[in-house]
Amino acid sequence: MKILVCISSVPDTTSKISFEENDTKFSKAGIQYIIGPYDDYALARGVELRESLGGTLTVLNVGLADAEPQIRKALAIGADDAVRIDAEPTDSFFVASEIANYAKDKGFDLILMGRETTDYNSGVVHGIVGELLGLPSFSPVMELKLEGNTATLAREIEGGKEKLEASLPLVLGCQEPIAEWKIPNMRGIMSARTKPLAVLAPSSAALTNIDKYELPAPKGACKMISADDAGALIKLLQTEAKVL
Amino acid sequence: MSVLVYTELADGQFKKSSLEAIFYGSKVAAQVGGSMTVLAIGSASDDELSKAGYFGATKVLHANAQNLASENIMAYSKVLSETAKSVSAKVVISAKSSLADAVMARAVGALKAGLVGNVVELPDTSNGFKVKRSIFTGKAFAETSITSDVKFIAIKKNVLPLEETSNSATVEKLSVDTGSLTESSKVLETIKATGTVSLPEADLVVSGGRGMKGPEHWQPLLDLAEALGAATACSKPVSDLDWRPHHEHVGQTGVKVAPNLYIACGISGAIQHLAGVNSSKVIVVINKDPEAPFFKAADYGIVGDVFDVLPKLTAAVKAL
Repeated sequence: MKILVCISSVPDTTSKISFEENDTKFSKAGIQYIIGPYDDYALARGVELRESLGGTLTVLNVGLADAEPQIRKALAIGADDAVRIDAEPTDSFFVASEIANYAKDKGFDLILMGRETTDYNSGVVHGIVGELLGLPSFSPVMELKLEGNTATLAREIEGGKEKLEASLPLVLGCQEPIAEWKIPNMRGIMSARTKPLAVLAPSSAALTNIDKYELPAPKGACKMISADDAGALIKLLQTEAKVL
Repeated sequence: MSVLVYTELADGQFKKSSLEAIFYGSKVAAQVGGSMTVLAIGSASDDELSKAGYFGATKVLHANAQNLASENIMAYSKVLSETAKSVSAKVVISAKSSLADAVMARAVGALKAGLVGNVVELPDTSNGFKVKRSIFTGKAFAETSITSDVKFIAIKKNVLPLEETSNSATVEKLSVDTGSLTESSKVLETIKATGTVSLPEADLVVSGGRGMKGPEHWQPLLDLAEALGAATACSKPVSDLDWRPHHEHVGQTGVKVAPNLYIACGISGAIQHLAGVNSSKVIVVINKDPEAPFFKAADYGIVGDVFDVLPKLTAAVKAL
């Protein structure tokens, strides 16, 4: 089994977001970076499959050098080797092209990633990679089992899930509960230091560009209603907020 | 500049988010001086499809082959990219949904296009093509230029208030050869809650957290949701504990909702939960802890026991 897991490096979900240079640049000061939460699920399932079926697991990140602690963490969790495409990952088509350019001709059986990254949230990289490589893609995938060359998976649909069967190779956008997040152990952390991490130059160009950032307007004060008079809330929602 | 709107059908009707996409598309077409075509895939009557005209469409292309009956990402995206080519679409629009994301993505790959998701306003076409989108799961916005020839945008719910006319659209049958694509996967089983309001589409949402104390105590919340005609949702701990199904989980790693009204019952309001609900128009928080962080993000708050407050709210709704 040859598995590629693509990970993003994103601000911790509790981060306070701010911008600099006249709101044209994301401010990285004081931000703790993590493996994208959805990518972390994909990685966890990839590691489980690699452990039970053998083969190799390569982890790929499109990002700058500051993503390397997250890549090392993925190696500590169980990836065998890593590749970083040295570029700022701001555009979906660009990131997907880089992944596809790397993966073509390498014969991966599975290309896993999160359903979306938690910074730009477009949720399309897996599908673009699938199309560019001519492979079927599914997302959001919440269960994945393999038997020989056949994958059984469950895709979340509105109000439920759809179970389906497809042949490898596949590109999958993953989400919980496909696997539980893994925490690296000391042996993993030690061995990760010497696992190979190749840095490659990008080969394509972005098709979108962020001109300016903006923070939402601050929220007004919360209007408190007494629990004894809770029914009054419904009147306010109807006459004041006009949402009923 | 030709505009194509990709829509989704549920139970033979346009989803509300798709009607919003049609309306948004008609505004974009008017702005850039182009025509708009609506693409609908799946089963629906011509009568229903012609309703796209209420929201500004003049023409609907309907693809309804047998092999398109179930949601097939590969086949749907092929229909979308082929249609985009045949109508020379320069702007392709959809409402964001997990299926639409997957379908739009492959069409983006086929057409080598730039895509921007979670768009919250009409584009600025005065100088290039710029859209404002929500990023960092609702914590910020980014004005983004799309520089490719064909531009894809996925809009968030509630971007524009819908305006309805009495015009109807013409419906044309569309046939695209998707033969081999539908063989790449086989649907084994579809498990779907029936008779409930779809959560991502819902205008009103009632949501429960650990403060509900257990799945057996959910009835007062369900009663309020039923009285309001609201969808039900829950926090991540609740779905992790299997008190409620995963498709109800809203938050950073769950469904992101943008209803007119979100009522949170016994949810403390961790930042990961807020990420899934911060696009709601009005937020109501009911919690017995006056220090619950959720009150800071709320428009209306009640400090009290959910099991005391919920029946009062339900009674007040029924009395409207």
